Amino acid sequence: MNDFRLTTVFSFAPDGWGPAMSAATAMTIAVAVTGFIAGAIIGAFGAWAKISGSTVVRALADGYTTVLRGIPDLLVIYLFYFGSSAILTPIGRLFGAQGFLSLPAFFAGAMAIAIVSGAYHTEVFRGAYQVVARGEIEAAYATGMSPALAFRRIIAPLTLRFAVPGLANIWQLVLKESSLISVTGLVEILRQAQIGAGSTKQPFSFFLAAAILYLLISSASGWALQYAERHFTRGLRRG
Amino acid sequence: MDFSFLLVASQRLLPGVPLTLQLMSISVALGMVLALILALLRLSGIRPLEWAARAYIFVFRSTPLLVQIFLIYYGLSQCPTLRYSMLWPILRQPYWCAIIALALNTAAYGSEIIRGGLQSVPEGQIEAARACGMSRFTVFRRIVLPLAIRQALPAYGNEIILMVKATALASVITMMEITGLAAKLISETYRAVEVFVVAGSIYLIINYVITRVIHFLEHRLTPHLRSAPRPIVIEREDAV
Repeated sequence: MNDFRLTTVFSFAPDGWGPAMSAATAMTIAVAVTGFIAGAIIGAFGAWAKISGSTVVRALADGYTTVLRGIPDLLVIYLFYFGSSAILTPIGRLFGAQGFLSLPAFFAGAMAIAIVSGAYHTEVFRGAYQVVARGEIEAAYATGMSPALAFRRIIAPLTLRFAVPGLANIWQLVLKESSLISVTGLVEILRQAQIGAGSTKQPFSFFLAAAILYLLISSASGWALQYAERHFTRGLRRG
Repeated sequence: MDFSFLLVASQRLLPGVPLTLQLMSISVALGMVLALILALLRLSGIRPLEWAARAYIFVFRSTPLLVQIFLIYYGLSQCPTLRYSMLWPILRQPYWCAIIALALNTAAYGSEIIRGGLQSVPEGQIEAARACGMSRFTVFRRIVLPLAIRQALPAYGNEIILMVKATALASVITMMEITGLAAKLISETYRAVEVFVVAGSIYLIINYVITRVIHFLEHRLTPHLRSAPRPIVIEREDAV
């Protein structure tokens, strides 16, 4: 019973956990990608606020990045998961719903990841924008581009180019952070491993399998991001 | 927001602070020793040792900490030889499992920081020390390590802050530190926002204090980067 069998975890035989583990892997990737993209949108606005906002807006953005980078991510996930139920349950009762309502675990988790990673995105975008040569932006305005056109054609692509290494770091962080969403019951890799461990009494096999899956995703995406970095900086002279 | 409840919440959460600080400080201390060993292995120039350290760092940096905690706390019980061994009284306690997982994890990140510090020591300084007749060990103890520590301190400060945040995961294996108490209080009162504000403020205060301490240490260790003190000029009006 207690012997170590990693093969049953990945097996696609009728009694294997392969299908469940692959569905869970897809869920991990889905929630991490959703959180990452939503975080990038927050980060774009955050960086904009920090670069060209008024004093008040800048102070708000500073507060956001300081607070979110200083508290544990697990607290933020608890806030979204339980906090949403504190707001939604009374509203639901108003419409005659019974009992405990909360955001779907996927949505609450993705939002929590977005809010946390948004703080890191803000810093990465701000840093990348500052590396863009002032002369290139001035040149864009000098050729008569409107601010929107200059942003779309010159500022955004150049900022993204310098942001790629930072974004790659955030992606690795987000991927690992997505394992915390298992506390809300969303069936991603870690939660599925817990379920498997509980029903087969083989915790080591299942958690080792989870570790291997995370390792595979993170090295595959790390390799892809390295390729992307080389692609986006191909016009850059290395000095 | 209900201010009297904020007071109640802080009374309930503050008892978790010592446990958070314990988990953080013990695992940072153990992790630092392990990190130094790993960094030395990576720079040892001996291929197998170098690759072992690389593999360790790669595995621990690319898997989530929560998986590592579960693997140690729940996973190790699957191995019968371990369950009947001398180590079991330690490995069945969530407290030590959390510390071991945190220490192993921070060692992987810390070793890269220390490696950067060790590599930043100028070759000339080492040569000078050798020329003075210091042995390899004395050079390391008196010259390389102090300079590396000075160089690595700011980055290591960030790692310590990350560890404070990471202790929150110990709550998942029943440790009642700040986040554990917060989750319990939320499930009792359904007031997630207030509890979040209190718990978040406690973490921010802890992290603020740590940043100040690191800043102070950095200031103490880098007298050569400070500008010279202004000469004291006694003006005539003062000299009564």
